Amino acid sequence: MSDAMKLTGLVVITILFTFLFIGVGLDASNYAYFLSRRVPKVLAMIIASIAIAQSSLVFQTITHNRILTPSIMGFDALYLLTQVLVVVIFGGFSVLLLNPFINFALSVSIMVGFSLLLFGFYFASNDGKSNVITLLLLGVIFGQLFDNVSSFFMMLVDPNDFLTIQASMFASFNNVNQELVYLCVVPLLVVSALLFKLAPILDVFWLDNDNAISLGVDTRRVTKQVLILVAIMISLSTALVGPVMFFGLLVANLTKEFFHTYRHKTLLIASSLMAMSMLVSGQWIIENVFSFSTTLSVVINFVGGLYFLSLLVRQKIQ
Amino acid sequence: MKKLLFLLVILSIASVFIGVADLSLATILAGDTEAIELLLISRLPRLLAILLSGAGLSIAGLIMQQISQNRFASPSTSGTIECAMLGYVLSLVFLGHGDNLLLIFGMAIAGTLLFIQFIHRVQFKNAIYVPLIGIIFGNVVSSAATFVAYKYDAVQNLSAWTVANFASILQGNYELLYIALPISVISYWYATRLSAVGMGKDFATNIGLNYQQVLFIGIMLVSIMSASVVMIVGQLPFLGLIVPNLVTQFYGDNLRKNIPLTAIIGAILILLCDVVGRVIIFPYEIPISMIISILGGVVFIFFIVKGKQNV
Repeated sequence: MSDAMKLTGLVVITILFTFLFIGVGLDASNYAYFLSRRVPKVLAMIIASIAIAQSSLVFQTITHNRILTPSIMGFDALYLLTQVLVVVIFGGFSVLLLNPFINFALSVSIMVGFSLLLFGFYFASNDGKSNVITLLLLGVIFGQLFDNVSSFFMMLVDPNDFLTIQASMFASFNNVNQELVYLCVVPLLVVSALLFKLAPILDVFWLDNDNAISLGVDTRRVTKQVLILVAIMISLSTALVGPVMFFGLLVANLTKEFFHTYRHKTLLIASSLMAMSMLVSGQWIIENVFSFSTTLSVVINFVGGLYFLSLLVRQKIQ
Repeated sequence: MKKLLFLLVILSIASVFIGVADLSLATILAGDTEAIELLLISRLPRLLAILLSGAGLSIAGLIMQQISQNRFASPSTSGTIECAMLGYVLSLVFLGHGDNLLLIFGMAIAGTLLFIQFIHRVQFKNAIYVPLIGIIFGNVVSSAATFVAYKYDAVQNLSAWTVANFASILQGNYELLYIALPISVISYWYATRLSAVGMGKDFATNIGLNYQQVLFIGIMLVSIMSASVVMIVGQLPFLGLIVPNLVTQFYGDNLRKNIPLTAIIGAILILLCDVVGRVIIFPYEIPISMIISILGGVVFIFFIVKGKQNV
């Protein structure tokens, strides 16, 4: 099967489930209400899918690795921590926080700074040649640590301030953050377009560091640019649907198994479609077949965790 | 050792007299019944629970590190705690109450056994693999537990069960923790055999040990100890990992000598964290699991980075 056909297949699945999500049970009397509830929800899932898929994919490229993804390395948790810190520092009722746009922009810019620091800590110490397994363990522990520090501050802050955190804190697939949805469309498009512009350079980058440098890629600069874009995308997805640890790993690896290409232009589109079709169909199945008796993130963590274990063991055997 | 014991006693006394209700030595000596009741029903049980769980969990971590021959192994990095959680959820769902010891201990033992067998079978070159695989294994088991809990509306019970807090300890509900005493004694008695098993199957069999049996006893000690602590107190992440490592750092690697040291340092650490948690937002309390997990996470990261430089 050619890549184009596979892409078409994914588009069909996505459109089918999007239609099921939005269209079922609509009639003339209720469409206004149903659409106002359903459209933001589906849109949030689509934005989050694109953000998670593309950020994981390019993160793997700049780290030259198929196991590392931003959420495994603790960047999701870092965003939540940033949100909590913003509330702790500025107080829950400052103008900065009540306006969702300024709040979001502030959190994202702090997040970009923090992620550069964290990434520097991971990779700068020994010229990118650190052991992957050590990095993974560090990432997992950092993620847990950020989570714990966030909950620590949540205990400390004023209950009124806590309410403002709560709204952004407990976003999940069942409880997407609908206020932010439309706000996120523009930044997502901009970031995604920038990644597309970088795609040819990323193709070269994937070879490995030395080859990329000798072919004329300024690896340090590109790494930094990509990382900033990744940080923004993680902020978008975490703000909308909350952290999902293994989704990026599943999507990025499935995409590379399915599509036999190394062109980032194709891979970026393919992974986004893959993520959308998985998320929208998964959520629809959970709502309608399992009638909400679980949440999608639990399923993703279970399946993704097993997949991650098998990757680790296989890597060890090779 | 003497200094540590002295510190432990000082902290214990401080812990008894810190609290929302006033308690002073004078009132106790004067025979004030209210003060004595407060001491016997709440403060002393709390102190005992802290000492027992801190010491017990640290010893469990030490044994775990011996039998897996990995200094990053511990009940919280091998899925033991999460398997106990799964046992709790199953007991809650199928038996209607969450304290079926057989099911909780059984799941913890089974999970740990599975993990140990797995890491013994696949001999990992890099020591870091073991905690990483253990943590992810724990994640998978805990999402299975959440899945069941979600289906039967028990998510809240589960999270309340796992957040560690000594505030709810009263006379009558912590006594299971005394299990730490026999476990420490057995570990001390078994120490040399456990170390030998850690050297590998061939070595242990060569010097005349029943490898499987000793290994199983070690795993049973670890699992029962850590499952009891989760049941009564909650999760104390990384405690079993950092305390034995700190002890090894300063006192070397003799298991039998290290067991009492580990117990004392573990108790001191938990006592300190508990006092801090009670003082920070007095008169309210911060659950100890939060403090210990932040502290433990930082120390663990420090160990990893330090180990990386040595390689």
